[in-house]
Amino acid sequence: MSGKFLIKGGVVVTPDGMKGRDLMIKDSKISRVGENLTANGFKTIDATDMIVSPGLVDIHCHLREPGYEEKEDIASGTAAAAKGGFTSVCCMANTNPVNDNAVVTEFIKKKAALAGPVRVHPIAAITKKLAGEELTEAGELAEVGAVALSDDGKCVRNAMRMRLALSYAKRFGLKVISHPEDTDLTDSGLMNEGYWSTALGLPGITRAAEETMIARDCILAETENTAIHIAHVSTRGGAEIIRQAKRRKIAVTCETAPHYIYATDEWVKDYDTNTKVNPPLRTEDDRLAIIEALADGTIDCIATDHAPHHIDDKNVEYTLAASGISGFETAFSICWTVLVKGGILSPEELFRKMTSAPAEILGLDAGITEEGNVADIAIIAPDAEWTVDPSKFVSRGHNSPFGGRTLSGMVKCTIAGGEIVYGGEWACG
Amino acid sequence: MLKSKDLLGLRNTTREDIHEILNTADLMKVVINSNNKKTPHLQGKSIITLFYENSTRTRMSFELACKYMSGTASSVSASTSSVSKGETLIDTARTLDVMGTDVLIMRHPMTGAPHLMAKNVRAAVINAGDGINEHPTQALLDMYTMKERFGAVKGLRAAIIGDARHSRVARSSIYGLTKMGASVILAGPPTLLPPELDKLGVEITDRVDDAVKGADVVMGLRIQLERQKKGLFPTVREYHKYFGLTEERVALAKPHALVMHPGPVNRGVEISTAVMNLPDAKIDEQVTNGVAVRMALLFMMTRQKPETGGF
Repeated sequence: MSGKFLIKGGVVVTPDGMKGRDLMIKDSKISRVGENLTANGFKTIDATDMIVSPGLVDIHCHLREPGYEEKEDIASGTAAAAKGGFTSVCCMANTNPVNDNAVVTEFIKKKAALAGPVRVHPIAAITKKLAGEELTEAGELAEVGAVALSDDGKCVRNAMRMRLALSYAKRFGLKVISHPEDTDLTDSGLMNEGYWSTALGLPGITRAAEETMIARDCILAETENTAIHIAHVSTRGGAEIIRQAKRRKIAVTCETAPHYIYATDEWVKDYDTNTKVNPPLRTEDDRLAIIEALADGTIDCIATDHAPHHIDDKNVEYTLAASGISGFETAFSICWTVLVKGGILSPEELFRKMTSAPAEILGLDAGITEEGNVADIAIIAPDAEWTVDPSKFVSRGHNSPFGGRTLSGMVKCTIAGGEIVYGGEWACG
Repeated sequence: MLKSKDLLGLRNTTREDIHEILNTADLMKVVINSNNKKTPHLQGKSIITLFYENSTRTRMSFELACKYMSGTASSVSASTSSVSKGETLIDTARTLDVMGTDVLIMRHPMTGAPHLMAKNVRAAVINAGDGINEHPTQALLDMYTMKERFGAVKGLRAAIIGDARHSRVARSSIYGLTKMGASVILAGPPTLLPPELDKLGVEITDRVDDAVKGADVVMGLRIQLERQKKGLFPTVREYHKYFGLTEERVALAKPHALVMHPGPVNRGVEISTAVMNLPDAKIDEQVTNGVAVRMALLFMMTRQKPETGGF
């Protein structure tokens, strides 16, 4: 549904704070933001008691196409993103074939354009086939629209390779995103190492697996005098290393994912494979430290790490189950519940960490509600409470440990590029 | 009757249930020692052992326990079944379940596998060892052996020596013994002690002598020799020297302390042949008691519950 919209009576999240404003959309752009706007021929959306935010920006997700369409495809993934309030998403390269060349990057962009107006920005691999050996053609990948490089899911094990990648990618303006995991330390681990791994008899993953690689990659970025982005920070120690690196003026940015601020390793206690994720759910102490690091600015942004899986990948032994959480449709509400309702962040701060901050990290033209910008909007009911039912997910991946949890803050309507991509019935019904 | 349908581990088993199993096993031991090893307790009941790992004593123990009570016992080996054709655990479990099985007994190399199976079948499930997690019937038979010797488990000091990190026997023993009021100390090389083990209500040390000192029960754990290749200890020789149960070390325990080992034994590694030959070593008795405890358990788990139907 595209056309001319007047969103009336809401609180608009602008670069200068949240203000009671009306917002007009025309020709897929935000044409005006102001008070008491009226217009003929515009469809009015009543946003009384609603927050009108820039469309959310996710710089870390898995859309699974090409290759794993039984888990998700670009159409289903972007529909789920839209339901979660996201209008720009960056998808990781661990598809099949791997997005390690211009052909796959172009394919993803083409499929995304066919799927609809939610913008999909491919992140290409650092190394061919994510094998950690030969570098991908960063120049050509940048040219066809890759927005960053990452071997996410796999760590570039060889430090020299990582150093060279950082150095080379800089020439083409591509940021390298580190998946910090020393797999020698992970070994055969399946959950966070600590009391619960001992109690449950599951092999543990030491936090050192993540923290040593965060340290290595910060030092390599410093050595190359280049920027780096660290994916899914999940431990107290990891956040502290980044805090120190920032003090040393290393150009490091980082993200965490909603599950690390909401769930802990205790959730594994019934061997529910929906709790299996990489990095693993950590301890309560880590959870609190990640929240602290969001509050003090150490952690720049929140990314979903949306990782949909087919039921057959999850309904197996914990050891064999695939890692990942289908996160688009719960991300905002988890953050709103824990961070804003929990009194940690102001609404402005949270919106920044889910819109303009991630957009800035990867240089995306998104995340700011200003006249003349592309009309990407999420309309949110801040006080609505709802109970998560993963069977109702739009994503093909119903793998969520949050089923049955009650969250507050609900995305009611999402507009991408001036088109209603979610909540049309609510907006116009 | 047990409080829960399944026996997946002692972590979630109540003290009362453990107590009842151990008491019932007394009666079953009489049967095993009698001239006519046949009771009607399991008549008309069918059990299947589904083992994804090798086993001598546990599997045979369950099957004999069933047969001594007139039940039907069948077995499936992963290596000769559809598992080797790639059938999933749940599909295999459902297939066996719908053949009229009352109790499914599973051993599996992965933690939580019996829990997954229990969620997907109607039959009662007994965990016969899952990954590095639990082996509840072993811990039950060990406690039965202690009770037989000392009259009660409560108040005993048990030293468990060896690879606590990878031992499902150790984990089940910790849960069982602490619930029954024994005090437990674990010892082994630091590389084989899991983190925060003390939070399970036990003591830990990397000095075996300290653990054995004054113990009523000294239990050796099997060490898997592959662990050496992964660098968890340098050599088998050094392991035995510092962490093995030798006569000298066992002498530090209380006089006539009970010496136990769940088997199978690596002689001369975690326990010396001389220690196995001590009169206070009850490794064979443990095996006999295993049959008694499993008879008790099968009987208790198959008693007709008024609210359920079943085959």
